[in-house]
Amino acid sequence: MSKKLAIIATKGSLDWAYPPLILASTAAALGYDVQIFFTFYGLKMLNKNLDLQVTSIGNPGMPMPMPMPVLLQALPGMQSMMTAMMKQKMKAKGVASLEDLRSLCQEAEVKFIACQMTVDLFEMDPKEFIDGIEFGGAATFFEFAGESDICLYI
Amino acid sequence: MANFDQELDASGLNCPLPILRAKKTLTGMGAGQVLRIIATDPGSVKDFEAFAKQTGNELLSSGEEGGKFVFLIKKA
Repeated sequence: MSKKLAIIATKGSLDWAYPPLILASTAAALGYDVQIFFTFYGLKMLNKNLDLQVTSIGNPGMPMPMPMPVLLQALPGMQSMMTAMMKQKMKAKGVASLEDLRSLCQEAEVKFIACQMTVDLFEMDPKEFIDGIEFGGAATFFEFAGESDICLYI
Repeated sequence: MANFDQELDASGLNCPLPILRAKKTLTGMGAGQVLRIIATDPGSVKDFEAFAKQTGNELLSSGEEGGKFVFLIKKA
């Protein structure tokens, strides 16, 4: 019997989308059965057009090319600049894009479940999501998570 | 140099891509065949050990050649 990994993905920023997708794809490569339950902002990871951003606001741990007062970090255009810089750095270091990791997960049969309640709450259009996902609620998650060997909330 | 059936160049790729590519390549290979993997990610040294241990594929060798990491994995 394969081991099972259950992940709850709750965050919708570029940096926070990496841990669930890296762990899910790697676990699948190691022979785990994997499910990711996407809820709240984590659902942004399921959009066909993956346009996730990163910001240093409220994140004093983010490495900056130069010291910068927080008020300056909040200026218009700063977020897209930081996102572009982060993506550039990742590419230079051979870090996979989120698009690639997500399709690697799907190829490896990682099951993606979208939280139905969040979809209703934020009036998301399911047509905006990638194919091959399921919709469900907390009980659906526990059906798999209850038998999992590892369960992560990210 | 040891014999191998297929080679995978994962140079320049970072975690977890070398493992994912290796897994994909091994899937298309037959039992007992040997895959040679070249990587530049220093983390891959420990990762391929862990990969072999958990998947049952045997890590025949792990070493450095010309500043790159080279692994031989035998498919279970």
